[in-house]
Amino acid sequence: MVGFLTTIFNWVQGFLGLPATSLADALPWWDILWAFVYFVGAIILLIINVIMLIWIERRAAGFFQERVGPNRVGPFGLLQTINDTIKLLGKEWIMPAAADKLVYLIAPLLIVTVSVTMYGLLPYGPGITPVTLNVGILFFLAISSVNTLSVLMAGWGSNNKYSLLGGMRTVAQIISYEIPMALSIIGIVMITGSLDLGTIASAQSHVWNVFVQPVAFVIFVISALAELTKSPFDMTEAEQEFVAGYHTEYSGIRFTLFFMGEYANLFSMSALGVVLFFGGANGPFLPPWVWFIGKTYVFILFMLWIRWTFLRIRVDKMMKFNWKILIPISLANLLLTGVGIKIWQAATGAIRW
Amino acid sequence: MGDFITEADGLETQEFILNLGPQHPSTHGVYRARLIMDGEIVVSAENKIGYLHRGIEKIAEGITYAQFTPYTTRFDYVSGAMQPWAWCLALEKLGNTVVPERAEYLRVIVGELQRIASHLVMLGSMVLDFSAITPWTYVFNAREEILDLLEAVSGSRLLVNYFVNGGVNADIPEGWAAKTEAALDGMLKRLDDFERMVSGNEIFLGRTKGIAPVSAAEAIEYGITGASLRASGVDFDMRRDSPYSVYDRFSFAVPVIKGGDSFDRYQLRVLEIRESVKIVRQALKTLPDGEVRAKVAKVWRPAPGEAYAATEAARGIMGYQVVSDGSTKPYRVHMRSPSFCNIGIIPAKAPGLTLQDFISFIASLDFVLGDIDR
Repeated sequence: MVGFLTTIFNWVQGFLGLPATSLADALPWWDILWAFVYFVGAIILLIINVIMLIWIERRAAGFFQERVGPNRVGPFGLLQTINDTIKLLGKEWIMPAAADKLVYLIAPLLIVTVSVTMYGLLPYGPGITPVTLNVGILFFLAISSVNTLSVLMAGWGSNNKYSLLGGMRTVAQIISYEIPMALSIIGIVMITGSLDLGTIASAQSHVWNVFVQPVAFVIFVISALAELTKSPFDMTEAEQEFVAGYHTEYSGIRFTLFFMGEYANLFSMSALGVVLFFGGANGPFLPPWVWFIGKTYVFILFMLWIRWTFLRIRVDKMMKFNWKILIPISLANLLLTGVGIKIWQAATGAIRW
Repeated sequence: MGDFITEADGLETQEFILNLGPQHPSTHGVYRARLIMDGEIVVSAENKIGYLHRGIEKIAEGITYAQFTPYTTRFDYVSGAMQPWAWCLALEKLGNTVVPERAEYLRVIVGELQRIASHLVMLGSMVLDFSAITPWTYVFNAREEILDLLEAVSGSRLLVNYFVNGGVNADIPEGWAAKTEAALDGMLKRLDDFERMVSGNEIFLGRTKGIAPVSAAEAIEYGITGASLRASGVDFDMRRDSPYSVYDRFSFAVPVIKGGDSFDRYQLRVLEIRESVKIVRQALKTLPDGEVRAKVAKVWRPAPGEAYAATEAARGIMGYQVVSDGSTKPYRVHMRSPSFCNIGIIPAKAPGLTLQDFISFIASLDFVLGDIDR
């Protein structure tokens, strides 16, 4: 726990640009106070991030759709999401009488917990990685699969047919698309020779992986959209079929938690994409974390662009696409990568790129 | 469907009832389908209607002919302007009123503009059912321009009360014809954008091609009319085959597609919009001068008798049977509304579709609940 506190401590220090030795070393009781301050700071950062994301999404959607988007509350409508959140907090908490109470109540908490955990793994820059794990990618993929569980819990606990159908679809979809995603990442791991996110990011200081592994990048984007259940794979909440899918029966703060979790996941998945394919925090002139956040937001905008362009795919076609097209291609890509690495090693005499 | 596990594989499954509606985003109103589902497969479907029933046929018996005219716009509120057309034709038959030529032309222009607006709503709401929000805003913006035109002639945008017994309410404002030409150009440009985004989209084709194909014989048997009928390969359009008003003076094609699936029903609306544009342009060019409203007594008492008139409305054949007993109020009014007849095919075609395909099917039928329940 102390180690974890220290890493959080260092992380926020890195963000704020404070010197490595601070008051905490001189005064022990300050340590706890500062830890608290940093925790609150981290959570505020997360919330601001989500608010910015929602604002960007709505304004970008307005731009794509020949309309204005929110522009009344605050400058450029920046405070619109805060306004909406306060409104949602004031809503009644409705729980279906026949709901499975424990499962129903845990589900929204779980989804946010998982999202916050994923934030802790990302290398925002040299020295500001909250938790450095030597199996970072594995942990990231494992934790992100827990989302499936929370969606299924929400679908089952609500005791609603639409929720259940939505939840069931999610399980099938997310579990299936995790396979091509993992396979697309393995290629990168083979090239870099490390599972640590920070190492992968810094290994791309000369050439980004997106140019080395373009096929893997395409597969990653497709399966990330499916993992996030974003259009064209937004089967889980398929409004036009399932009303609101798994969160049909949630209201007020519980719904807000689902919404927050969804956008927090969008950020962390895009950040993973940036780490794997766009060189993480590498970049000239600006501080590394600015590069990291900037790249991530560009990646997010790209995902939103896809979202506002495409229609929702059919469930059976989605599954066929995954098992019959995506997975064979990613396996072939893996084979080519392996052969390519060996050829490169033979040609240059180097151990790895 | 062979991909799904069935009871034959030794696994017990249970069918359940899913009430799709009356409060559901994709039923376009308060339509309810009582679906028996096996997982995501529809086993059987039943239409449940009546949530919007207002007893309008009975209301008609209690008010005068002129008072009932605005009511007619309330049935198919998506194509409000052309709804009173059949009613007015029936009244004009009853009273032997001769409608001035200019009024006939204005009726054709406003009616076809409303048909365009209505088909745009259909296209937009259909792709919205596949969660394509951006193309939906494109066609709704195109529709806005047409609604502005309708507002300029009638004062209202949705429930356009422009047609009256003996002509139209008022003449068009100055400069309206030029504005209409410009708006049609803008609309066609947006429609092209929309088509580029949707019509060739692999996902859209996957969701609509081959979904619930209705053969020509079935379409006739179930009394389907309008664009859905022509999408099944039946070449019938009242505007050409039993022309009313002045439709026989314009040259336009009646698009017909053979397949009858969801995509064909979508495609046919796109083609019809382009034909309607041709009609409006011809009518604007040859618009004669003169009165826009025949002299009809304020307290109008038609001779006792009956009259039936039908028009090709946006969703199919809209017909009115009016019985007069010689008083100021109709003795009996009955209407044949296209949406009501068109949804009869749903229970026959639904079994075997997945829930997603079912949504695609009912979206392509393009019904309006006000038109079904009355």
